[in-house]
Amino acid sequence: MTEFPWLTAIGVVPLIGSLVVALLPKSKPTLAKQIAMFVSLLVLGMTIAMALQFDGKSSEPFQFVESYPWIPAFGVNYSVGVDGIGLVLIALAATLVPVTILAGWRDIEGDQESEGSVKGYFALVLVLEALMIGVFAATDVFLFYVFFEVMLVPVYFMIGRYGGPQRSYAAVKFLLYSLLGGLFMLAALVGLYVVSIRELGTGTFDFLSLVGMDIDPNTQKMLFLGFFFAFAIKAPLWPFHTWLPDAAAESKPGTSVLLIGVLDKVGTFGMIRYLLPIFPAASEFYAPVVIGMALIGIFYGAYIALTAKDMKRLFAYSSMSHFGFITLGIFVFTSIGQTGSVVYMVAHGLSTAALFLTAGFLMSRRRGSALISDYGGVNKVAPVLAGFFLVAVLSSLALPGMVSFIGEFLVLLGAFERYIWVGSLATLGIVITAAYALRLYQKSMTGPLNPSLESDGITITDLKGREITALMPIAALTVVLGFYPAPLLNVINPAVDWTMNTISAVDPEPTLSGEGSEQ
Amino acid sequence: MNFTPPAIDYAALSPMIVVFAAAIVSVLVEAFAPRTVRRFLQLLIVFGALITAGVLIILNAGTRTVTGGGAVVIDGPALVLMGTIVVLSILGAALMAERSIDPVGDAFAARASSLPGSEDERQLTQRGYLQTEIWPLTLFAVLGMLLFVTANNLLLMFVALEIISLPLYLMTGMARRRRLLSQEASLKYFLLGVFASAFYLYGAALVYGYSGSIFFPEIAQALTSKPSESIVVFIGMGMLIIGPLFKIGAVPFHQWVPDVYQGAPTAVVGFMAATVKVAAFGALLRILYVAFGGVRWDWDPLIWIVAVASMILGSIVALMQTDIKRLLGYSWIAQAGFILVGLAAASPAGLESTMFYVIAYGFATIGTFAVISMVRDANGEATNLAAWAGLGRKSPLVASALSLFLLGLAGIPLTSGFVSKFAVFVAAIEAGATWLVIIGVIASLIAAFFYVRIVVIMFFAEPTEQTASVVIPSAFTTIALSAGVAVTLILGIFPQPVLDMLSNAGLFLR
Repeated sequence: MTEFPWLTAIGVVPLIGSLVVALLPKSKPTLAKQIAMFVSLLVLGMTIAMALQFDGKSSEPFQFVESYPWIPAFGVNYSVGVDGIGLVLIALAATLVPVTILAGWRDIEGDQESEGSVKGYFALVLVLEALMIGVFAATDVFLFYVFFEVMLVPVYFMIGRYGGPQRSYAAVKFLLYSLLGGLFMLAALVGLYVVSIRELGTGTFDFLSLVGMDIDPNTQKMLFLGFFFAFAIKAPLWPFHTWLPDAAAESKPGTSVLLIGVLDKVGTFGMIRYLLPIFPAASEFYAPVVIGMALIGIFYGAYIALTAKDMKRLFAYSSMSHFGFITLGIFVFTSIGQTGSVVYMVAHGLSTAALFLTAGFLMSRRRGSALISDYGGVNKVAPVLAGFFLVAVLSSLALPGMVSFIGEFLVLLGAFERYIWVGSLATLGIVITAAYALRLYQKSMTGPLNPSLESDGITITDLKGREITALMPIAALTVVLGFYPAPLLNVINPAVDWTMNTISAVDPEPTLSGEGSEQ
Repeated sequence: MNFTPPAIDYAALSPMIVVFAAAIVSVLVEAFAPRTVRRFLQLLIVFGALITAGVLIILNAGTRTVTGGGAVVIDGPALVLMGTIVVLSILGAALMAERSIDPVGDAFAARASSLPGSEDERQLTQRGYLQTEIWPLTLFAVLGMLLFVTANNLLLMFVALEIISLPLYLMTGMARRRRLLSQEASLKYFLLGVFASAFYLYGAALVYGYSGSIFFPEIAQALTSKPSESIVVFIGMGMLIIGPLFKIGAVPFHQWVPDVYQGAPTAVVGFMAATVKVAAFGALLRILYVAFGGVRWDWDPLIWIVAVASMILGSIVALMQTDIKRLLGYSWIAQAGFILVGLAAASPAGLESTMFYVIAYGFATIGTFAVISMVRDANGEATNLAAWAGLGRKSPLVASALSLFLLGLAGIPLTSGFVSKFAVFVAAIEAGATWLVIIGVIASLIAAFFYVRIVVIMFFAEPTEQTASVVIPSAFTTIALSAGVAVTLILGIFPQPVLDMLSNAGLFLR
């Protein structure tokens, strides 16, 4: 079975699906949705089938490897393969796409604000799914870059054609920020290629060959900056984050889920997959700066979230704070921290999806208003909705028993191992997280029913079957993986160990002596 | 006195001979054929000659020879450039042959010599007179471009430059609508062009004075063998390259570009924007790589300055444009800067990447202007960006095609523009000009802003009463547009065959 090109197949299926959806007549919006749903479920099924064959004990860095020459003149290959990190992120993408399609079933049609067609949106979602799978599966840096950049196009149209009143502004801002990062990455990519010509004789973009190079530290520092810039904008890290709140606020909930839940992970994925192994010396050199940015992001994001009036913006800033944790875990150079970061990426994808979708359902009942002050006492009229919202909020604040807790805990553990003061500082961030998350739940769900609802003539109804079906898998995964994270950790650990070995980083010995030690 | 005629390799020169003969016949047809059959005959001659020339170029593949007494060189890069010019000319001619878009007929003035706004003009238009003098002019311009990329000495290159320029000055002024704008552009182009030609001639004289030869290989030899470098030859070189740089439209020789792009008939702009750039870059490459290849460090700073100035000025001024043709003019200036980044590398990679870029750009340009010629309102072409609002909703296919070209020009992967940019940046960094690439990256971002702006206007804005409509063209424009789309995608996704062709073409014959 190793012969079957799993990754290519998983990438091509949604692409074909999107073509089919795009070619449907405009008069059949329901059929478009059904086909999109079917395709995304097929992809999910194939991903699960592939994941079951993944060998957690394999000594090879990548599995399901395929490689064909693409542009030999530039040493570019179509090379794909996954390690544990790539696998869980592909699985995350494959899970969230059908969920968002189902959740967004009624979001597009009959919306006067949006101008695009129903089939157009679902075709874009499927294109995006194909590109997301490609970006996590690529083992050729050029191929990765191509997916990284082309991904902008469907997202740009998803924000710009289907969204709120300021959607055009948000889409352009998103695109320009991303292009800025992408172009600097292009310069670094070209530089890396030229370095590979000098080091290896022939130019290559093959990831493993690039990792094997011994690049001069000063060159590393320059190239690192090009890549880091792109990833920091994508992630987004403070201070490159300003596009995110606008994009999140103006997008459809489904778009936001895919954007923040999956796409932004490309930034942190790029750091752990490309920055650390290819530029180990530069990563070490810049680590203090990056950790500083991560810490600022944790607090800054949380602080703004604390004062946010708009739910979607609150989620965006809270994501920024979470991305601070993820980046922190990567750059403390401990295997626990990096494992924690990867778990955190998955957990954050799930919690973001839960938050945006539940909030989206809530907002669709109140003419799309995202203002927290427009709600209150919802748990009296819609207990199921409030219940799911609570799960989402608790998952966001990393309550023990949720998968996000495992991620956050491991990141903090990793940070403490390396720098006690960084760990201590970051831990304080949890407190603010709890504060804004609980404040949001309290203001919107508990207390007396908001009188403005009545005066506006709006009754909040509880979730219906389709909406519950969409939220159920996310909530289930959050809790199940929270109590039983072994499947996740078993595939992530070898990949992280490989990264740690490649960069010859060693976990620090426990330094506490005396009563606390095991003697 | 005994005169030995130079040996002439007629097979190698056959593409030029065919085009030249066709141009002469075309003039005769214009003079003597009855009006009813004239257009048919002209199209037959033009497309027949261009296709024949293309076939002859393919048959010549692998030829590496110097002929015509050392004046003409046919080598790999020359053949590639000639082939590109001929194919782009066919597509450009298809745009000019279009007659279904404008209700009056074609895009050209009924009689170019009649005064704009005069009674004479009004009557000619009313009677529906359609002239076909554009065709011989086109063929002569193509002939000039074929000679420009194969010229091996300073004099033939000058003659070629003039054969290109004179027809283009006229074609620029032949727009049927907004004739004053068109004629103003024509005059401006003419005056500045003559100026540039004079610089070229002066430079040629200085270089000849230093080296004692007008042939590129001998100039190169003189530069390496003479012990003392003379300042005269470098002043001469600097003035010499003004000729091609003017045709390229690089800063500071760019002032004519926006006016001509805006004023000339759209089909003519598509034709000349695509082909002249190929020819001019071919000539510039040959001057710098063959004649001055040994003194790279003396001309590199010049090219750097021109490249940086073009990238920055082109991108920034394009931001403020409201007319799409003018905007594309400034965008071209920026693109010229990017190509010069590759050219400055002075390496085989520099040669290949420059040629790849001009090929990719040529096809995208033809496609872009095909779209512009189709977007119209009551007053003819709607070039004001306000008229493009919401076009994506009215005509999604056409708007998507234009978006593809614009994203390609912006350098988004999977389009030809990305591979081009990648190739020139690789060449530049290999040659050690990392800082130039960083400036290029910043300029790319500014450029992306205005390309994206057009996409935004088309897709995200609401259609208004001003919004133009897309006219369904005949097969001519459709073919040109489809070819642009196809090449932009193929060169973006599978560039290898073309890259192979360019690397097999090898270097200039010295």
